[in-house]
Amino acid sequence: MTAAQPLLAVENLNVRFTGPRGTHHAVKDLSFHLERGQTLAVVGESGSGKSTAALALLRLTAPGAAVGGRILFEGEDLLGLPLDAMRRRRGRDVSMIFQEPMTSLNPVHSVGAQIGEVLRLHERLSSAAARSRTLDLLDRVRIPEPGRRIDSYPHQLSGGQRQRVMIAMAVACRPRLLVADEPTTALDVATQEQILDLLDGLRRDLSMGLLLVTHDLGVVKDRADRVLVLHDGVKLEEGGTAALFERPHHPYTRCLLAASLHAGDTPHCTERRLPEIRIARDAAGTPSFALEVPPVRPRRAPPRTGPLLSVRDLRAEYRTAEGVFNAVDGVSFDIAPGETVGLVGPSGCGKSTLAKTVMRLVPASGGRILLDGTDLARLPDRALKPWRRRFQMVFQDPYGSLNPRHTVHDSLDAALVVHGVRERLDRAARVKAMLDRVGLPADSARRYPNEFSGGQRQRIGIARALLLKPSLVVCDEPVSALDVSVQAQILNLLAELKEEFNLAYLFISHDLAVVRHIADRVLEMKAGRLLA
Amino acid sequence: MPDPARLLRALIHPLRPRREASPTTDFLPGSESQGHVLWRLLSHSPQALFGVAVLALVAGTALTAGWWYPDDPLAMVAPPLLWPGEDPAFPLGSDSLGRDVAAGLVHGAKVSLTVGLVAAILSLGIGLTVGGLGGFFGGALDDALVRVTELFQTVPSFLFVIVLVAIGKPSVTVIVTAIGLASWPVIARLVRAEFRSLRETEFVLAARSLGYGPARLILREILPNALPPVIVTTSVLVATAILIESALSFLGMGDPNMVSWGSMIGDGRDQLRTAWFLTALPGGAILLTVLALNLVGDALNDRFNPRLRGLR
Amino acid sequence: MPHLARLGGVLRRTAWQAVPTVIGIVVLNFCLLQLLPGDAADVIAAESGSATVEGMAALRAHFGLDLPALNQLLGYLNALAHLDLGVSPRHNLPVTSLIASRLGATLLLMGTALGLALLAGILFGAVMAVTVGRWPDRILSVAALLFYSTPSFWLGLMAIVLFAVKLGWLPTGGNATIDSGLAGWAWAADRARHLALPALAMAGFFVAIFSRLTRAAMLEVRGQDFVRTAEAKGLGPFAVTVRHVLRNALIPVTTVAGMQVGTLLGGSVVIEVVFSWPGLGRLALESVLSRDYHVLLGILFLSSLLVIAANLLVDLLHAWLDPRIQVR
Repeated sequence: MTAAQPLLAVENLNVRFTGPRGTHHAVKDLSFHLERGQTLAVVGESGSGKSTAALALLRLTAPGAAVGGRILFEGEDLLGLPLDAMRRRRGRDVSMIFQEPMTSLNPVHSVGAQIGEVLRLHERLSSAAARSRTLDLLDRVRIPEPGRRIDSYPHQLSGGQRQRVMIAMAVACRPRLLVADEPTTALDVATQEQILDLLDGLRRDLSMGLLLVTHDLGVVKDRADRVLVLHDGVKLEEGGTAALFERPHHPYTRCLLAASLHAGDTPHCTERRLPEIRIARDAAGTPSFALEVPPVRPRRAPPRTGPLLSVRDLRAEYRTAEGVFNAVDGVSFDIAPGETVGLVGPSGCGKSTLAKTVMRLVPASGGRILLDGTDLARLPDRALKPWRRRFQMVFQDPYGSLNPRHTVHDSLDAALVVHGVRERLDRAARVKAMLDRVGLPADSARRYPNEFSGGQRQRIGIARALLLKPSLVVCDEPVSALDVSVQAQILNLLAELKEEFNLAYLFISHDLAVVRHIADRVLEMKAGRLLA
Repeated sequence: MPDPARLLRALIHPLRPRREASPTTDFLPGSESQGHVLWRLLSHSPQALFGVAVLALVAGTALTAGWWYPDDPLAMVAPPLLWPGEDPAFPLGSDSLGRDVAAGLVHGAKVSLTVGLVAAILSLGIGLTVGGLGGFFGGALDDALVRVTELFQTVPSFLFVIVLVAIGKPSVTVIVTAIGLASWPVIARLVRAEFRSLRETEFVLAARSLGYGPARLILREILPNALPPVIVTTSVLVATAILIESALSFLGMGDPNMVSWGSMIGDGRDQLRTAWFLTALPGGAILLTVLALNLVGDALNDRFNPRLRGLR
Repeated sequence: MPHLARLGGVLRRTAWQAVPTVIGIVVLNFCLLQLLPGDAADVIAAESGSATVEGMAALRAHFGLDLPALNQLLGYLNALAHLDLGVSPRHNLPVTSLIASRLGATLLLMGTALGLALLAGILFGAVMAVTVGRWPDRILSVAALLFYSTPSFWLGLMAIVLFAVKLGWLPTGGNATIDSGLAGWAWAADRARHLALPALAMAGFFVAIFSRLTRAAMLEVRGQDFVRTAEAKGLGPFAVTVRHVLRNALIPVTTVAGMQVGTLLGGSVVIEVVFSWPGLGRLALESVLSRDYHVLLGILFLSSLLVIAANLLVDLLHAWLDPRIQVR
């Protein structure tokens, strides 16, 4: 081993999956290297092959995958090792942590047992020695009360603590390379920073190489030494972090940077829209990328009248075994016509329940929901129905918000039928016009939801919400499940539609940057209450 | 906590362990017609093709039983205890009373299939109603229905059927009713669990926020998505009903005026040492029919569970 | 120990939840009693062949059959509280003692069958899951499907033909050689020889269920993230399969095992008839034939209680296997 040799050198890595529907080439001729003690960020959207590439480093890809090329770890080709020799490297020399700490930990073993398992396997420690090392490790990843937590089960810990346990497990044997696959995506914003700082500290202390896989360029700005951008399995750009952030060469990188609301100062949607990426493919299938920023139309100043929606001392409760839990605990706010009110808060703060309560999908246990002065909270279902067309909702999960058994036309058409539009042709024309307005292709109406991408499905959900010409739309995390570039498109669409139809939004997100871009005013929620 | 719906499905159909929280993405309406999808399923799975072929054969036999053997299968027409092949007029032999085994098997198919199908439809009806109402409306109604379901699930179903048939009289109607009454809880629990999880999906919330009424929500939004696992379960239900009927008839509690595969086994049992074919043949018929139903069920199941499809 | 406290809590909760089911079963049983066509007096009179009106009335009064329904229900509840399920007119014995004399044999048969089924089922299921798609899996899957489709009484009869009649290895029925005068090991061996065929015939169907379920559960668990974590730790295939995959797959298997106790009880009726096993199931059939409905309903009642007790045990086992289950 010479000093010039990098910790990790990947040469022409190719991963192919062969399934019943043909071959999928997930990673194409990927080459990069990583020095000792440094951080390399691999950035890409879903389907870019970044996680597949990360798994391939430990030879953990699914059984059907064919992996080609060379993965030189300290000069030794990991792909050429016999399987049991590879197993001895895993967890000792090369470790990995995953996106979802809840499912990545075995639910039936205590966290102490799971961390101790690595130590007993690789260092042949007795259970007593493994336990005392585990206590040290839990302390090192800053889990409070390690003596108590060591016997806890994963479900008894918070998301951040679970990810700390995963990290403790990964660094237990002081590996020289740590692969972190979206380690913070499943966590709250506040926890994300802490976990990234912890990883950064451990990298320095243990002088590990850190390969950080992420979809969010904003995450890597201050932490990575180098950045590699992947799209569709192909490396588009690689370079030092500072250089790449200042002078991104590839249009796709520029788009990711601009669309990532965390990477810098993002203007409000009334000042400038987010750039959208357009990918065109030539006959050979080679993509070309172009950046496009939709224009902002001059804004009509809405006549300020009384509030459209006025929520007063709203309460909603859940009954659990421990008793009654106030998910929404006395919330009051107003929304003016044409105004966008943002609502942010950590997961579990009650913001989704608030949205559903306002929508009358969850019964309010107290308080009033005044829409144009009428209290919706007290109306019986039958009397509520004509009001339904005035307020609509856009949901988070683009895969779950459409009935998979109806065509897009049937889903939208039924809404008009329920609200008494009798003429068939009239309904069809309105459905078609709305689908066109949200930017869906002309033949969409005949198709089923599973034939659309996530972004397209979210457009269908928006079309359904706007079909009845509401004045208020409650958007519950409408872009959280989407890729950065798709997120930009949907946010732009929502901003445009708002101006066109003079909509008022209650825009809910866990992500303050998104809310700052779109909202005129931001409310913060914590433990069922609004912060003043 | 393991999801009870998942467990139930696993129990009913162990080869189909988990469906994702989102509704099945497979077997969905698409550019292909449902019939085309079904055909592709059959042509790709020799087991399923075999199952369908056997079921078609059994059903065809049951429907044409009167044409093959117009006379009463309980009539004594042959010398007693002919072995199969001994007399070409009675290819499958005769029992100790000189009844034609082949005629018995052909007419027995009618009883087995009728009892299996009608009992399954009956428990499907009860189960869909009880599970659907409880799962959709929740609250006190659901609590009460869950209690009733639990009660019927606790009572050992075969003993319950025996008691009901003993109290009533051993006719096909009573037997069918008893089996239907004893086996609906499986469907009810499955449907309830499906309804409860579907009720919380975003597309049902969206439909509610559009002002859909309960009937439209249940029939248009929830039921079509809850049906696939129920259909799979129904194939098992038919198989179970056939097994229960055969056990009843074997015990001598079947309809005395009808020949059934189970009663043939019961009658042949006395000659087990000398003429074991009297037991083996009708038992083989039951095995083949139930196997065919299970093969079809497994194939449907694999179809709904794309994750394991490539592995088999 | 917080662990024991948790298990205790789970036990209390499930026991409490069983109360309405028990009440429901009592009421159901009573309703069934009311539905009976002829009563025991009719049967005895018919059998003795000398039925006078006075004699019938005396019989009815003797068995309390002439009281109004509500009184009978109260009497029934009162009797149940004293563990009194009535008297079998036919045997002229209390139903409770009649059942008690047969219960042991049935429990032995059921316990053996369930134990065999669980052991073999989990073992075969694990083998199938590990070799999925290859020939051990294919062969075992076909076998499991065959056993899953076979009526157990027919399996028993065919086993008698093969092992008792043709090969002469095992006895055809009964639970012991009559008047053998055996003692010690010879006695135990004789019992075991009698138990083998009925237990195996009964277990066949359940081996199929448990192996199919274990296979499916293991395949599902194998696809979960924590298995990838275990592999990323460097664990070998055996440790991953046993400590991580099988350990989690056992949770649904125990649940289903509990749900099958009722089926097992029902199945014991036919198996006991096939093998002349002197247990509850045969008693049930005898009482059907002699219209001894008190005994029949007593068996139904007791079997339901057995199922509830089994579910309690399974809930405990379940809570022990799965730390996520809390007292709610």
